[in-house]
Amino acid sequence: MGFLDTLLGRTKPVQPNLDALFELPTAAVTLQAAMGLAPTGTGSVCFRPAEGRAFADIESDVRALLAMGADAAPVDVTSDSYGWTWLVSHHTSEDVEGLVTDLHAVNTSLVEGGFGPQLLCTLVGFADDRGRKVGIVYLYKQGTFYPFAPLPGERRDNALELEVRGQVGADLKVEPDLSRWFPVWGAPGL
Amino acid sequence: MVRTRYAPDRGLQARMGLTMFVLGLVFVAFVTALVFVLLATKAVSSGGIIFFAVLLGAGLTFGSLFWSDKVALRTSGAREVTPAEAPQLHGIVDRLCALANMPKPRVAIARTSMPNAFATGRNSKNAVLVVTTGLMDRLDDKELEGVLSHELSHVAHKDVVVMTIASFVGILAGLLVRFAFYGELFGGGGRGRGGGNNNNGGALPILLIVMAVGIVTYAISFLLIRLLSRYRELAADRAGAMLTGQPSALASALTKVSGAMARIPTKDLRDAQPLNAFYFAPALRADTTSLATIFSTHPSLERRLQQLSEISAQLGKQ
Repeated sequence: MGFLDTLLGRTKPVQPNLDALFELPTAAVTLQAAMGLAPTGTGSVCFRPAEGRAFADIESDVRALLAMGADAAPVDVTSDSYGWTWLVSHHTSEDVEGLVTDLHAVNTSLVEGGFGPQLLCTLVGFADDRGRKVGIVYLYKQGTFYPFAPLPGERRDNALELEVRGQVGADLKVEPDLSRWFPVWGAPGL
Repeated sequence: MVRTRYAPDRGLQARMGLTMFVLGLVFVAFVTALVFVLLATKAVSSGGIIFFAVLLGAGLTFGSLFWSDKVALRTSGAREVTPAEAPQLHGIVDRLCALANMPKPRVAIARTSMPNAFATGRNSKNAVLVVTTGLMDRLDDKELEGVLSHELSHVAHKDVVVMTIASFVGILAGLLVRFAFYGELFGGGGRGRGGGNNNNGGALPILLIVMAVGIVTYAISFLLIRLLSRYRELAADRAGAMLTGQPSALASALTKVSGAMARIPTKDLRDAQPLNAFYFAPALRADTTSLATIFSTHPSLERRLQQLSEISAQLGKQ
């Protein structure tokens, strides 16, 4: 925020950065090769629904859009305990690119409808055959990624998260400020 | 085409800018008047009093800015909580901060049945977000989120800094009046130490003039600061409602809290008054007479609800 913004008490809504999402498929390959973490094929977009007709219309348009097409992937809509909406898209484990394209479609629909600032994050799930689970979370406003590894009982596997950070650091722009790695408990797709 | 649904309120910004400009003018006029009085009467010995007032005023302003977070935490009896202690509260703040792309402030809870929240700290790094247990008991999560988004907007707008600097004029004028009063009291009683001082005879009327200038400045700047505070509240309401996209949740929280505020016993209210400027809703009885309104730190409930319903209409427009 600039000096004048402070003086006049105004906040410009932060527009999301969408393009960095396409770096995910490369990172997925790296994660699988280096750590045995394979994409689960599930990804989700989290946003804060705005009140009113306009947002409801856009939201139903997005769902219709994702359900279209010959190889349409199933889409779920869930609401978490904080009242935020998660649009979940299910693809096959190999099809990370298709997943990212779907997630991108959600983002662009919201941005074009004028609701870009409502976008919070995108989460793509990874798991290995030992039962370890990691979500790669993309922060739209920062334009950065961070890993989130939940353990039962609302605990985080910080060691695994840091290991993932080391591996994908070359492919993705990882959020340097650890205090912004906020937990997304109960996020669908993990 | 990318539209924006988050239109700023230019009228509010203009009024806020004008208020600050006038406040600046008052400060300049105040200083000019003092210099004029001192030069005209050649009463250099009174300059010492003014110098001390400026020094103390600047010290107080700087101190309250620098220690605002600690002082507010102590006076409100709030305790900082970890994510493990208050997961839901931290969860809401986490998300709002990620949505607004701002660093997360510390979060504290005050054990009091008075439903309120405030944000303090001179910058976002030192900011503390305080909510009372009374607030968390009364509001549902959506409303609590509305209140928190309002407080986070105060942090983003650096309202603590702006309001503290704005109050400098008032603090200075107030101190000067007090110093001049004591100066007159003791000076008038007979200056034993400065017996040979040739200003002795003229000191009394000069201090009276300084006092008068101080009182007028204090009164004007007090009203302007209150006006500015009301504008900052409206700006925080607007920014908060736009952040969550849920102006009606904030409106509902306001109605609940204001209704509850009016039923609180007066003793609690008097205790809480010094912190009023940073609270979400003022701890005063809901008086809607025009005189009460110009002295108030917060806009009337009606004014706030009206703005929120305008935002709601704006967001819902097809």
